[in-house]
Amino acid sequence: MATSTQLPPGPNGSVGQRAVIWVRRNLFNSWFNSILTILAIAFVVWIVPPIFEWAVLNATLTPTIEACRETTGACWGFVNANLRLILFGVYPFDQQWRPLLAMIILIGIIVASLAGVRYPRLQKLILPMWIVGIPAIAILMWGGMLGLTYVQNSSWGGLPLTLILSTIGIVFAFPLGLLLALGRQSNMPAIKTLSVVYIEVIRGVPLITVLFMASVMFPLFLPDGVSIDKLLRAQIGIILFTAAYLAEVFRGGLQAVPRGQFEAGDSLGLSYWQSMRLIILPQALRLVIPPTVNSFISMFKDTTLVVIIGLFDLLGAVKLALRSDPAWTRYYVEGYVFAAAIFFLICYSMGRYSAYLEKELRKGERR
Amino acid sequence: MSKTQQAPGGVRSKGLADYLNDENVRAVIYQIIAIGLVILAGWYLVSNTLDNLERQNISTGYGFLNLEASFGISESMIDYTPRSSYATALMVGLLNTVKVAFLGIVLCTIIGTIFGVARLSSNWIVRKLATVYVETFRNIPVLLQLFFWYAIIPGAFPAARNALQPLPDVLLTNRGMYIPVPVADNAYDFMGIAAILAFVVIYFVKKWAAKRLDATGQPFPIFWASVGILVGFVLIAYIAGGAPTEMDIPELKGFNIRGGYNISPEFMSVLIGLTIYTSTYVAEVVRSGIQAVPNGQWEAADSLGLKRSVSLRKIILPQSMRVAIPPLTNQYLNLTKNSSLAVAVGYPDLVSVSNTTMNQTGQAIEAISIYMAVYLGLSLITSLFMNWFNKKMALVER
Repeated sequence: MATSTQLPPGPNGSVGQRAVIWVRRNLFNSWFNSILTILAIAFVVWIVPPIFEWAVLNATLTPTIEACRETTGACWGFVNANLRLILFGVYPFDQQWRPLLAMIILIGIIVASLAGVRYPRLQKLILPMWIVGIPAIAILMWGGMLGLTYVQNSSWGGLPLTLILSTIGIVFAFPLGLLLALGRQSNMPAIKTLSVVYIEVIRGVPLITVLFMASVMFPLFLPDGVSIDKLLRAQIGIILFTAAYLAEVFRGGLQAVPRGQFEAGDSLGLSYWQSMRLIILPQALRLVIPPTVNSFISMFKDTTLVVIIGLFDLLGAVKLALRSDPAWTRYYVEGYVFAAAIFFLICYSMGRYSAYLEKELRKGERR
Repeated sequence: MSKTQQAPGGVRSKGLADYLNDENVRAVIYQIIAIGLVILAGWYLVSNTLDNLERQNISTGYGFLNLEASFGISESMIDYTPRSSYATALMVGLLNTVKVAFLGIVLCTIIGTIFGVARLSSNWIVRKLATVYVETFRNIPVLLQLFFWYAIIPGAFPAARNALQPLPDVLLTNRGMYIPVPVADNAYDFMGIAAILAFVVIYFVKKWAAKRLDATGQPFPIFWASVGILVGFVLIAYIAGGAPTEMDIPELKGFNIRGGYNISPEFMSVLIGLTIYTSTYVAEVVRSGIQAVPNGQWEAADSLGLKRSVSLRKIILPQSMRVAIPPLTNQYLNLTKNSSLAVAVGYPDLVSVSNTTMNQTGQAIEAISIYMAVYLGLSLITSLFMNWFNKKMALVER
């Protein structure tokens, strides 16, 4: 980068000397930077010790309200006492191993799929894993067979709900987005117009209005007597919304494939779908893996909005736990920090993965 | 991208199979099927909806907009009472949305630019701090951040009786911040008119300065001149208007604070949350914009003997703007759309007011159609403006 100065590799001199050089170069190379450094250090000294004191030194993990009242630090006891409520919502207490297992399976499939981009041998397993995995998760969550008691989806909640909404969201939004992107690139005016209108309208409104539409207007759309439950309606809203964004990501990929590739397909006498499937899409999709991961991240964060229409995802479950006992209500900071830490952990690692992919894929191109 | 026309093969007469294999014929058939499906689905939904509405005795149409709203709205930029109409209520909501979105866009641009530049600083600790800021607030859902600020802000400040006074006449309470504002006076109207006049004058001065630069090569300090014109005009109008000094100062009366302008905790949490969240994205846009400027530009600036700060401001930033404007537009649109989350903390934005309207009147379709149309319109206006700006910036190049 233009402004950052790198230390030349392995200068002679003791560690102490090298450290002095490093500090001079990176912290005090001009009067302006010296002032900035002092201000920044002052800021760190001002902010870090109190936070550390609050979060660690004076904090308590004991899951009782008494312990929390005694401490001046953070009351992680709130999280400790309500951990299962926060993680699994109101899912029947003695059955909570099921969402836990479902969550582990889901994370396993996602991680394997993401790793599959790098390891070709794993790639062939991705599709079968999803085909087996999704029904397995459904059976675990709903039950009603194999000796599992039936749990209706209005009692699903917490982290598994967050994960399910976002994963199912992307799995179904993916093909829909692909169709829309192809539609937008098509030569057929009617199909192109329909795709453009869909994409632009959905991208022009906030997700929450789509969710309200799903929760308030959707029942009006259906014939008398037919009803779809709230969770499914929210899920449909999320899918319809994400598809529009993914469509634009895919369009970028399609546009980046050189024209010659399309012509090559034509000259081989391949039909539209053949050349798409065999030549264009593999290249286009590969190009857009990083932005697709980014879409997944933003969608994962956006699933929290289902709180507003009354579903208890991870964030909703934290609010639920805060309300569960009036004594706990004042420990909202701890609750939100805990939820934030989980979201941060997941989103940050996906973000790193996406950055790594970007580098990896570019490396292949440069060769 | 499908294939374009193919030369019709041969002269022999065509059978049905040949027609079906013809690309153009197929294209027409596909399109007819697609449109047919859309119309069918639309008809199905509309007829179901009409049935349902009839059964539930809900009338359709926008007539309810003229009825009395009869609910209160906690903050409003225009005159509003529960006796006002639903249309007025929705207008209040829209203005509140625009207010928070506009301020959010301004603030997140400033903060985002600072952090974006800081992430490229040669100063190690500044760089790391900026990275921590961006990565933290970017990876936490914005709704969670809104909840967090909304939980913290009223909780952090005392009740009205023990209001904090960080500055003279500025009061901080759990009901928000109270700041003194000038009492309404004609002079302020004059000042507004003077400001508009000043912009007109600035426009012509700018034109003249550009002409002079072309003709004589002499630069004109247009920025300071503009500031001078604006301040001068407004000041003259203020003095001409009688220089009113009366202020509306917030004061504790009984259990509440009267007077002054109240910035509610709801507004503050929405503004802070949206600003911080979006600023992390703006920072990344700014950073990648700067990185997109070739290194040679820095070196050229160095070789001219320019200071780093000057080269950043005069050479690098203008060029990186061109790269940054389209993604920046997206972030502005995101912020505007995310302002709809205000409903979750009780800030009376458009969605919140529409929801109340919807619950009271049962006019779900109408209320939802109104806010969807408004957001679409806002998005459209923002992108039109940014496209115009984008074009203007692109032309600067040559």
